[in-house]
Amino acid sequence: MTMRAPGSDLALMFEDAGVVVRGVTILDHVTLTIAAGPPTVLIGPNGSGKTTILRVAMGLTPLTSGRISWGGQESVAPPRRAIMSQRPVMLRRTAAANVHYALTAAHIPRTEHHDSAQELLALVGLESFGRRPARRLSGGEQQRLALARALARDPAVLFLDEPTASLDPYATKAIEDIIHAVRARGVKVVMATHDLGQAKRLAGDIILLHRGRVIENVRAEEFFAKTRTEEARKFIAGELLV
Amino acid sequence: MASDASALHLLLTADPGLFAIVRLSLLVSLSAVFFAALIGVPAGAFLALTCFRGREGVIVIINALMGLPPVVAGLAIFLLLSRSGPLGSWGLLFTPQAMVIAQTVLVAPIIAALTRQTIEDLWVEYRDELAAMEVGPARRVATLVWDARFSLITALLAGFGRAAAEVGAIIIVGGNVDGFTRTMTTAIALETSKGDLPLAIGLGIVLICIVILINALAWGMRRAGERYAG
Repeated sequence: MTMRAPGSDLALMFEDAGVVVRGVTILDHVTLTIAAGPPTVLIGPNGSGKTTILRVAMGLTPLTSGRISWGGQESVAPPRRAIMSQRPVMLRRTAAANVHYALTAAHIPRTEHHDSAQELLALVGLESFGRRPARRLSGGEQQRLALARALARDPAVLFLDEPTASLDPYATKAIEDIIHAVRARGVKVVMATHDLGQAKRLAGDIILLHRGRVIENVRAEEFFAKTRTEEARKFIAGELLV
Repeated sequence: MASDASALHLLLTADPGLFAIVRLSLLVSLSAVFFAALIGVPAGAFLALTCFRGREGVIVIINALMGLPPVVAGLAIFLLLSRSGPLGSWGLLFTPQAMVIAQTVLVAPIIAALTRQTIEDLWVEYRDELAAMEVGPARRVATLVWDARFSLITALLAGFGRAAAEVGAIIIVGGNVDGFTRTMTTAIALETSKGDLPLAIGLGIVLICIVILINALAWGMRRAGERYAG
């Protein structure tokens, strides 16, 4: 597996982007740029549009209005992307076969599958779990396997949707360690969470969303040191943002 | 009790007549399930994964065909294969092949309907993951069928159950010719009407044992597969 250096052409741009599903506005005139560099963390309460932004960026959800581009040009093909959803679906096969499947889907030559799969399983700490049925793994192990599967695509950008939701502290730390390792290999990580502690530990940039709108989009240290909006103050203070 | 003893005697002495009937029954039913699977699994997968005008209507019709009365299916095949029918020149009427065709017609809708439901449920689960991995349409179908394989065994079992228990269609198109198209179910019906209960009971016991054995094998395969693949 070859991890890339941070791509200078990587600038995911949302311009006046909107998503409306059955009359409900999910994203409301969102304009933002996600550039190469340290992880960008999307925070906000449930239903604020975090997952939808990731899905739009992955091409899984179409925009209703506005546009999305990479490097500001619609003609530029998106870089290799991968996503790990909040509740990843394990294919009904062994852990190693799940990774092999992702390698095949990513058109990695079959001769490289064995070594790549071993490397990926080792990266997520599942090297001794390769022969286990993926669906019999624990929640944390499944999340790690989903990460390995996502990384099989050798992504330049990795989207993570609440990767540690409902995991215990040990499993959470394991996932965060992997995110650090992935980040160190030059992969741009864009992550949604509503765990403020996790955002502090991982984020380079913070994007606070509320009711489908971008409330703040700033450097993480600035966000936690000096809030600029009432919504951010409430969110950091743990008050209900409704 | 005398009938029971005679039935047991037929079984224990491996009566050639009885075992010829058993062999033909298995051949016809398993062939029918094989051909029905060739038709039903792709058709069910296609219905599960495509949207087209009239899809709902097709699903309703296939679901309804699961309850197709065997005698009606038998009559339709009889009319097709009879000498004056459109396929009369094939000369298949009153042959085991005609019985396979009749049972295939009865079993294919069951396999197609159960496959569609299984694949559709799995597709809902897998859709985003496969889309995120940019898996193409052909590979999606192959993935879904493969990952649903243990559930599809149940569909095949349901089809086999229908075929093995069926008498109405095959008696019409097969004619229940002794030594040629006589199966367990048609023989049981005939021997019972003649009052020859030992053979009827013997065949009944064998039929039930075969159905249990095949179900047990399939169950074991499913359990072993699930242990291995999850």
